[in-house]
Amino acid sequence: MKILVAVKRVVDHNVRIRVRPDGSGVETQGVRMSMNPFCKHAVEAAVQLAETGQADEIVVVSIGPKPANDVILTALAMGAHRGILIETDQALETLAIAKLLARVVDEEKPDLVLLGKQAVDDDSNHVGQMLAALTDRPQATFASEITLDEGALTVTREVDYGRETLALPLPAIVTADLRLNIPRNAALPMVMKARSKPLAVRPAAEFGVDLAPRLKVEKISPPPERVAGSRVGSVSELAAIIAADIDAMEAI
Amino acid sequence: MSVLVLAEVDNGVLSPATARIVNAASKLGPVDLFVPGPRAAAEAAASLAGVAKVMVSANSLLADSLVATLSELAVLYPYMVASASSVGKDVMPRLAAKLDIQPVTDIVAIEGKNRFVRPIYAGNALETLVDDQPRHVLTFRASAFAPAASGNTAPVEVLENTVQSAAKLIAAHRTESDIPDLATAQIVVGGGVSVGSVEGFQLIEKLGKILGAAIGATRAAVDADYAPNDWQVGQTGKIIAPDLYIAIGISGALQHLAGIQGARKIIAINSDPEAPILRIADVALIGDLFEIVPQLTAELERLGIKR
Ligand SMILES: Cc1cc2nc3c(=O)[nH]c(=O)nc-3n(C[C@H](O)[C@H](O)[C@H](O)COP(=O)(O)OP(=O)(O)OC[C@H]3O[C@@H](n4cnc5c(N)ncnc54)[C@H](O)[C@@H]3O)c2cc1C
Repeated sequence: MKILVAVKRVVDHNVRIRVRPDGSGVETQGVRMSMNPFCKHAVEAAVQLAETGQADEIVVVSIGPKPANDVILTALAMGAHRGILIETDQALETLAIAKLLARVVDEEKPDLVLLGKQAVDDDSNHVGQMLAALTDRPQATFASEITLDEGALTVTREVDYGRETLALPLPAIVTADLRLNIPRNAALPMVMKARSKPLAVRPAAEFGVDLAPRLKVEKISPPPERVAGSRVGSVSELAAIIAADIDAMEAI
Repeated sequence: MSVLVLAEVDNGVLSPATARIVNAASKLGPVDLFVPGPRAAAEAAASLAGVAKVMVSANSLLADSLVATLSELAVLYPYMVASASSVGKDVMPRLAAKLDIQPVTDIVAIEGKNRFVRPIYAGNALETLVDDQPRHVLTFRASAFAPAASGNTAPVEVLENTVQSAAKLIAAHRTESDIPDLATAQIVVGGGVSVGSVEGFQLIEKLGKILGAAIGATRAAVDADYAPNDWQVGQTGKIIAPDLYIAIGISGALQHLAGIQGARKIIAINSDPEAPILRIADVALIGDLFEIVPQLTAELERLGIKR
């Protein structure tokens, strides 16, 4: 059983981002980058499946500029076996990403593809679902539990009404939510070992996929700013404010 | 130029988000609604202003089969729209890829037939996009739009649907309650991990009940099993835009703030005068939630508040 995990390098989730004053984008120069948190959960899920003998090979793929090597190395240190960097300096849209990944799926023929449910930079939440369409595989998004028992895949998903459990035939696509597991921090020896694992770097152009953007980003702007209001000193003051708010709501 | 909207049905009932999505979508053209649910939900959908036609299919569908059905209908429509809910997020990107369309999702403002605004970086930036593709796949955040009026009587057409999903639904765990829908509630009371237990959350729920409020929670509170996952508000939970949000024992991490930016008014109760939530709260009371919340509930009861 082979698992493909897709991972993305993003601005670290603890960084408070700054919108460039000219509206051209978010400042990423000199900002700490790391593996998208959701992708980490996907890698961890794959590694756990390998540890319980359910999977024997984990291939990790990332699409991005050369430094995206770092997140592949992180995944290799966590326990993945082999990496592929599809190198491009262009910021790609999710459809192009899904098409590149579909080519990798064609080549690698994984039984299971794991991805994070969304990336914390563009917050798209598209790629797993799009890859499922392009490869015509069933999907289970927002997974909080994955069990694999002799080729039978069961996934519990977090949905707006609560949780639901799906049974899926393999091959399938699963996207990870945060409660799926607790990703490990790779110990130093594993980090050292990761450097000797195979990592293929291939230019995005090699895949023959149309990477041209479909959308035009007109501008990136900061959200309206909120400012601190007043502090009250007692519960009765607060209750009076809430009561007045409710009166105002009911007057409408 | 008409719009195909995927209606949202929860437990056989048309979800309150649908009226908001219909209202938003009707800015783009007349709306045909696809209702994956029972006849009663389709009748409710047919009453929404702006709806030209309702198509109903009682087959309960998962993403792959829903996309197979929608992609057949899609040839007739330049716009395909759903709510940015767990269903819309699951289905619409799959539909888009199948139709070779780059989707635009989580839209919070429509600035023209092809210009849309969506938040990125947990709402810390807003992206204005121009979508010049001939056809569009879009999701809208329900909380950003007002609901459509009712009183319409659009025709309802029953679709025979025999598409089967490759996946199979084997269990659903629904959080049963009579609490209002979080994504569209007018008042939300939210609790953080410092609420400390399921019993602690009962204090929050009691306050919520007299206010007729929905209940929200932080990821930390959900991870600790004090609150169900469908109460999570934030970047990875629900996006809310109530008239009033009362944040109790919530620090105000940027991922939580991502979900509450649309709130008209934020009241924070927190023991730490330096908590980040206080930098954006309209009204704050510093103190111990375990003292304040029961007192506040009693005081509001005394004032005769009951919604
Ligand atoms: C990728 C990613 C996505 C995330 N998505 C979300 C999301 O969707 N939603 C979300 O909420 N979080 C999300 N998080 C988590 C987020 O970063 C925070 O960890 C979380 O919101 C903190 O929850 P909290 O405020 O309950 O806990 P804490 O940050 O621990 O804050 C507890 C607060 O309670 C106060 N307090 C303590 N005791 C009392 C008392 N007795 N009375 C009054 N106040 C008290 C403290 O002063 C503090 O301000 C995400 C994180 C990541 C990395």
